[in-house]
Amino acid sequence: MKNKETARQSFPPTASSLKLSRREFLKRMGLLGGGVVVYVSVGDPSSWAQPPTDFNAFLRIGADGRVICFSGKIEMGQGVVTSLAQMLADELGVPLTSVDMVLGDTLLCPYDRGTFGSLSTKYFGATLRQAAAEARAVLIQMAAARFAVAPERLSVRDGQIIDSQNTNRKVTYAQLTRGKRIERHLTHRVSPLPASRHTVSGRATGRTDARQKVTGEARYAGDIRLPDMLYAKILRPPAHGATLKSINLEDVGKVDGVKVIRDGDLIAVLHPYPDEAQKALDQVQAEWDLPDAKVDNRTIFEHLLHSGPSEEIAADSGDIAKGKKMAAQNFDSTYLNHYVAHAPMEPHTALAHVEGQKATVWASTQTPFGAREDVARTLGLASRDVRVITPFVGGGFGGKTRNQQVIEAARLATLAGKPVQVAWTRQEEFFYDTFRPAAAKFGHRFAKTPTGKGLGLACTDYKGTYVATMAEVEVDKKTGHVQVARVVCAHDLGEVINPEGARLQIEGGITMGLGYALREEIRFKGGRILDANFDTYELPRFSWLPQIETILVDNPAMAPQGCGEPAITTMGAVIANAVYDAVGVRLFELPMTPQRIKAALKL
Amino acid sequence: MKASIQFKLNDKPVTVVADDGRPLLWVLRTDLGVTGPKYGCGEGVCGACTVLVDGQAVLACQTGVKEVIGKEVVTIEGLEKNGTLHPLQKAFIKHDALQCGFCASGMIMKAHSLLSENPTPSRQEIIEGMDENLCRCGAHKRIILAIDTAAQDMRGERKS
Repeated sequence: MKNKETARQSFPPTASSLKLSRREFLKRMGLLGGGVVVYVSVGDPSSWAQPPTDFNAFLRIGADGRVICFSGKIEMGQGVVTSLAQMLADELGVPLTSVDMVLGDTLLCPYDRGTFGSLSTKYFGATLRQAAAEARAVLIQMAAARFAVAPERLSVRDGQIIDSQNTNRKVTYAQLTRGKRIERHLTHRVSPLPASRHTVSGRATGRTDARQKVTGEARYAGDIRLPDMLYAKILRPPAHGATLKSINLEDVGKVDGVKVIRDGDLIAVLHPYPDEAQKALDQVQAEWDLPDAKVDNRTIFEHLLHSGPSEEIAADSGDIAKGKKMAAQNFDSTYLNHYVAHAPMEPHTALAHVEGQKATVWASTQTPFGAREDVARTLGLASRDVRVITPFVGGGFGGKTRNQQVIEAARLATLAGKPVQVAWTRQEEFFYDTFRPAAAKFGHRFAKTPTGKGLGLACTDYKGTYVATMAEVEVDKKTGHVQVARVVCAHDLGEVINPEGARLQIEGGITMGLGYALREEIRFKGGRILDANFDTYELPRFSWLPQIETILVDNPAMAPQGCGEPAITTMGAVIANAVYDAVGVRLFELPMTPQRIKAALKL
Repeated sequence: MKASIQFKLNDKPVTVVADDGRPLLWVLRTDLGVTGPKYGCGEGVCGACTVLVDGQAVLACQTGVKEVIGKEVVTIEGLEKNGTLHPLQKAFIKHDALQCGFCASGMIMKAHSLLSENPTPSRQEIIEGMDENLCRCGAHKRIILAIDTAAQDMRGERKS
């Protein structure tokens, strides 16, 4: 499973998928009226005999003075729509309000592997700054030529270039680029500004998407409407591995407005209203052969030990026997970590519109370019004829990388001859989630206090981000209930681009981590997923909320690191340590449900 | 049964011809193109579809469209008046009380109903009042703060 996913995510862009006529490309960039574009091309620029045709643009400074950043990243709440714009604004010397972000549109944006792993700021942000630095250098050169002065004399502020020896002499980016078209390829020869010169980054700035999201204007994939579109509800097996024995589709086919599509294993009911489609699908009688799988969420560990793949050695150094002798204490424990769901509030959704040999898909996805390849492959289209547009994504957390719903919508739209929306129900979302164990890291404990209240500490180094978390808990020995009273979490992220955004991400990580540490656990049996909605699969709620304090270490000398995931990984350990401190029992199994705590206390 | 259903939506009278057993959520989202209320669970256990019916928060996925005949339905789209955002909307922006934003519409509508019943809620009352609304991104702390700020604003205790 893992190998397959990795292979698809690193799918390279094919030359054919990016080749466009130059005129067509400039038209799409809105550049026929002039402007500066910095391209980032695939491959090593030093090896180019001539400028490559497989380029794509990172940023454009239009003749209207507006800066547009085109990025294959997507916005799913993590805040890149704001933080990337901040990085760009700093480097170009323009106000944040003059930056527009175009994200996750495969027609307009450069190829991107996907948005996951808290990596956008760290890697993409760095390249974006390079591109902006080159654009700034180009503009300064243009101004130097216009004023007939040395470029060193010129400085940049608020979208203007000013002669430092004669401050009345200034020119705006818009004036410089009007009627001209300058195209540059990223050479990495211009150094971005040092953090000390950033004025937009590092300051609290409101989310640029907030207004749209509190007025209902923000569009998610399920909010897109096309004329004549149909909503599809797909027949699902009751368990993974079940095979269809018999089905009667005759009756449902007679329901007014219903269209039934059967294409191999894909059986769907389509209707102009999604609720009517669901009602019709619910009436379909199907018989299934169920798999003889007996593994459930309790026996899975035993099963994995005996039938799982043999261990792989990732790194090998030192001498463990020697280390054991030198150590003051040796620990020998087995840690069990149950499967948890990503459970974004927005289920997987896609709307596909297929016209002849071209397809357009609006998708809730963390991998729009992966989705494009999936659609192209499924429908037998050229990649360049498939456009995936990613509106706001309603949470992803790493769970929206596989695009099954995109493929389903594309197949159904082709067969129906109309635009088709596939929006999974919460049940489908739980059924097809790629469950993962929650992470736990090492920790320490404090001296024991006897009152049922305890403190815990846990630290991690997560892909370059340093995290230390402390938690204060109260354990009810009678019920086994753990109330987390307070969490203090410090991060060293290097340079912080958007302090409020970073805190928000950390608070989110802490909250999600609470769910994984205390309550969340997917129960399954013989291929059936027993938790199908939030009634039994409990997400953290307001009433769980501890007092949360976040600390950002001031370290602008280090390049910006990722944020979001790191805090989550400390939560299991920090709460386990605090529980141990509170009641003197150590739990080795996540989540630490009241039942498990009670059982541990009885031993 | 197909019927001509009339109610007031965001201050405007609307008429829909629809099967009167259909859920309000889908009539709003498809027939009327009002997509602020979201589908999150379909079973009334997440709050993403919360709208106001005669000022009271209801779960649109659990409400039949016939139940709102002759009533006033308000969705997130109806809170802005003459270009001015509602104090709750302002406070959610001010405190960055959202991330992905998918739960925001339901949160704000639920908070609206809460504040109209209790204009001076304590922190504990906000927590209890909002507890059925889920947010996976973990903006809870800021949502509580935003509701408190909006409550003060609506009582005229602070300048927005």
